Amino acid sequence: MLGPMDYTVWTAGFLLEVVVVVSAFAKSQARRYLSIAMYMLCCGLVQCAHFYFLRKYGVSSKQYTYVYYYTESLLTISLFCVVIQLYQHVFQEMAVGKHIRTAAAVLVGATAFFSYAVIRQNQDHLTSRFVVELGQNLYFVGVVLTYLLWGAILKLRETRARLIQLVLALGIYFSATAGAYALRNLFPTLEASVLHVIFPILGVWLPAAWAYTFLRVSDDTRLIPAQLSPRS
Amino acid sequence: MMAIIICVFSIAALLPFVVWYFRAIVASRRNVQLSTRLQELTGITSEKVKADDFARLLQLVQLCPEQEDDQSDIRAVGAYYNVLAMLGRMARTVAPDLAAWFERERESCSYFAAVALDRRISHSRELFSQQLADRL
Repeated sequence: MLGPMDYTVWTAGFLLEVVVVVSAFAKSQARRYLSIAMYMLCCGLVQCAHFYFLRKYGVSSKQYTYVYYYTESLLTISLFCVVIQLYQHVFQEMAVGKHIRTAAAVLVGATAFFSYAVIRQNQDHLTSRFVVELGQNLYFVGVVLTYLLWGAILKLRETRARLIQLVLALGIYFSATAGAYALRNLFPTLEASVLHVIFPILGVWLPAAWAYTFLRVSDDTRLIPAQLSPRS
Repeated sequence: MMAIIICVFSIAALLPFVVWYFRAIVASRRNVQLSTRLQELTGITSEKVKADDFARLLQLVQLCPEQEDDQSDIRAVGAYYNVLAMLGRMARTVAPDLAAWFERERESCSYFAAVALDRRISHSRELFSQQLADRL
C-alpha cells in the first residue's frame, strides 16, 4: 500500500520532469538536448501509465509489476540515447558521431544478451528475473559509459558548465541506481525497509538536477576542468 | 558474483561523482574576483578565505534581500559544506592528508559564499538606488 509520502515524491518527480521539458524549450535548448527533453517527456508519460495501472490493479498486482519493469527497461534504454547525445556534444569537433552510435547499440545489445545468458537457467521466472537483471546490468553499463565520458571531458578540457553538470547529474543517477539494483539482488529483504524509499528519491534526483541545470546554469558559463580534479 | 562487483563499483563511482557535481557548482564562482567593498566589510580577501568563515558569510547572506537565482545554489553548497565539515572532523585523527583536502574544499565553499554575499550586496545597492530614483 502506498502512503502520502510515496504520492508526494511521485508528484514531485512528475512536476520536475515537466519543468525540465518546459525549461529546455523556454531556454531554446530543446534542439541541442533533444534526447534529454524526449527522455523526460517519456518519463512523465510513463509516470501517468504507472499511476493508471496502480489505481486500476493495485501495487502488488501482476499487471502493475510487469508495466513497471518493462517501462523501466525501455526508459533505461532510452537513457542511453541521452548518453549518446552527450558523447556527441563532447566529441562534436572530432566528427565521430556514427561510431559512437554504433558502439552504444552494440553495447546495449550485448548487455541484453548477457542478462539473458545469466538468468537462462531459471526457467520458472524467466521474464520477471530478466527485467531485473537487465535493469541492473544496463545501469551498470550506464555507470561505465558516464565515467568514460567524464574522463573524456577532463581529457579534452571541456569547459561548458551546463554540459558538465548534465553529465555529472547523470553519473550520480546511474551509479546510485545500479548500486541500489545490485543491493536488491544481493539482499532482497532490503527492498521492504530501505530500497523502496531509495528508488523514488533517485527518480526525483535526475529531473531535479537537470531542471536546476537548465534553469540556473546559463549556456555561456564556463568551468575550468582542472578545478574539478580532486588534486586541485 | 556479478551483483557484488556492480554494487562495489557503483558505490565507488557514486562518491567521486557527488564530489565532482558539488565542485562544479562551487567552481563556477571561483574565478569571480571579490569587490574591494566586500573585502573591506568582511576582512576577507580574494586570495585567502578561511574555511570557518562560511557560517559567518552565510549569516550575512541571509541578511540581504533574496535573489531569485542563487538560493538553490547556496542551499546545495551549504549541504556540501556540512558534509565536508563532518568528514573533516572524522578524518582529522585517522587521515590528516584527507582532512587537509576537506579543509581546502571548505575554503572553496566559503569563497562561494563570499561571492554570493558580494552579489547580494550589489543587488541591494541597486534596489536602494532604484527606490531613491523612483522617489525623486
